[in-house]
Amino acid sequence: MALQSLDIKQRSATTTATPSVRQTVEVAKLIDVTTCIGCKACQAACMEWNDIRDEIGTCSGVYDNPTDLTENSWTVMRFAEVEEAGKLEWLIRKDGCMHCADPGCLKACPSPGAIIQYSNGIVDFHEENCIGCGYCITGCPFNVPRISKKDGKAYKCTLCSDRVAVGQAPACVKACPTGALHFGAKEDMQDYAASRIIDLKSRGYDQAGLYDPPGVGGTHVMYVLHHADRPGLYSGLPKDPSISPLVSLWKGFAKPLATVAMAAVALGSLFHYVTKGPNEVSKQLEDELEKEDAP
Amino acid sequence: MKVTRRQFFKICATGMGSSTVALMGFSPTLALAEVRSFKLTHAQETRNTCPYCSVACGVLVYSMGDKSKNVESRIIHIEGDPDNPVNRGTLCPKGAGLLDMVHSQSRVKFPEVRLPGSNDWQRISWDDAISRIAKHMKADRDANLVEKNKDGLTVNRWNTFGFLASSAASNEPGYLSHKILRALGAVTFDTQARI
Repeated sequence: MALQSLDIKQRSATTTATPSVRQTVEVAKLIDVTTCIGCKACQAACMEWNDIRDEIGTCSGVYDNPTDLTENSWTVMRFAEVEEAGKLEWLIRKDGCMHCADPGCLKACPSPGAIIQYSNGIVDFHEENCIGCGYCITGCPFNVPRISKKDGKAYKCTLCSDRVAVGQAPACVKACPTGALHFGAKEDMQDYAASRIIDLKSRGYDQAGLYDPPGVGGTHVMYVLHHADRPGLYSGLPKDPSISPLVSLWKGFAKPLATVAMAAVALGSLFHYVTKGPNEVSKQLEDELEKEDAP
Repeated sequence: MKVTRRQFFKICATGMGSSTVALMGFSPTLALAEVRSFKLTHAQETRNTCPYCSVACGVLVYSMGDKSKNVESRIIHIEGDPDNPVNRGTLCPKGAGLLDMVHSQSRVKFPEVRLPGSNDWQRISWDDAISRIAKHMKADRDANLVEKNKDGLTVNRWNTFGFLASSAASNEPGYLSHKILRALGAVTFDTQARI
């Protein structure tokens, strides 16, 4: 019996298989961008639940506050003003970790157990194992993790794994006063999204759709967008996100090569030791050096 | 400490060797992964009403300590009450940040008065505060009550006074506030009966 409250699916920098017999429900958060009013209750609830407080910033001229994700702000609202068919549209997107099924951060992480993917789909950072290298930022197709200036470790949204583990919804979802955030089994979220999309299409948003990008194996945070054909309108949401080929090369193809090279060096050293023997230093030279070292 | 050349090489070799072994997966630490434990498991749950606006959302206030004799309670978390029909568990950003209002340094915890000509606030008792308010209300009403309009019709309006009732007042206190204030002739007041 494993000593954890959620079953593990994948663990960073670990090659042994994780127990995978139990079938648990895959969860998802659905962000309905079309019913969000940008009130930031989710931001406040996130900080309150996770015991994080960001610095009080200054107004940047727009509603974005803070202007970017930080180690203390795991979710931020991004406000985009877009002109569509002669109309101004105010597209508000709640940004944060997407909890990819194929997480680039986990793939890139070199520290065993610093990033864990649970079988319910949550990708969680375990800061006590984090070495602060920042490779998760390179690996993330959505530019989400942030390194803290205080402790040099990476932080991001946990999808409130501590709440989900005891059968509760994430703090942001619970707080949302307009019902733009929903939480449940991924299947149920897809069904709910489908009903929202039918409604949006009947209101003239022909391109309304669900954002669940297959490039990262689908995500456990999904968006309902009015313009699903152009996710870039929503403050640069990537159209077809995927893990950088460099990360795949370096963690896939190059990894066994490095092991082979390391083994070759060890073998070569042994071979050299057996054939040539240790380096001999004459007694006289050694005595001289010892005398020099003596104070 | 004196380290000979030979000892130095030994230290280096041991260090490199052990770190290589650790990196190759022979680390001595246990391979455990645990989510942050749920922090409210045995916290005291108290139902209350958000004090901000007249929507009067229900909140659940969580405090540490089980009210034992030697334990000082402290509020550690506040979230929406799913059983409250007004908000059904949701909160606005102000409500979601209630915890920081509870613990705010500038929160007013008792009645205070700033006397005319003074620039600082003095603490007064609830009895003094209520008598003081009643005297001001009486004086203002005696001076400014409009008993009849220009056509000679009795109106009994008291336009120079406003009243803000608690958002936590339920139906009955709301009714009483309404009844008392309307009887006085007050026009401007806010309770959640407005919504």
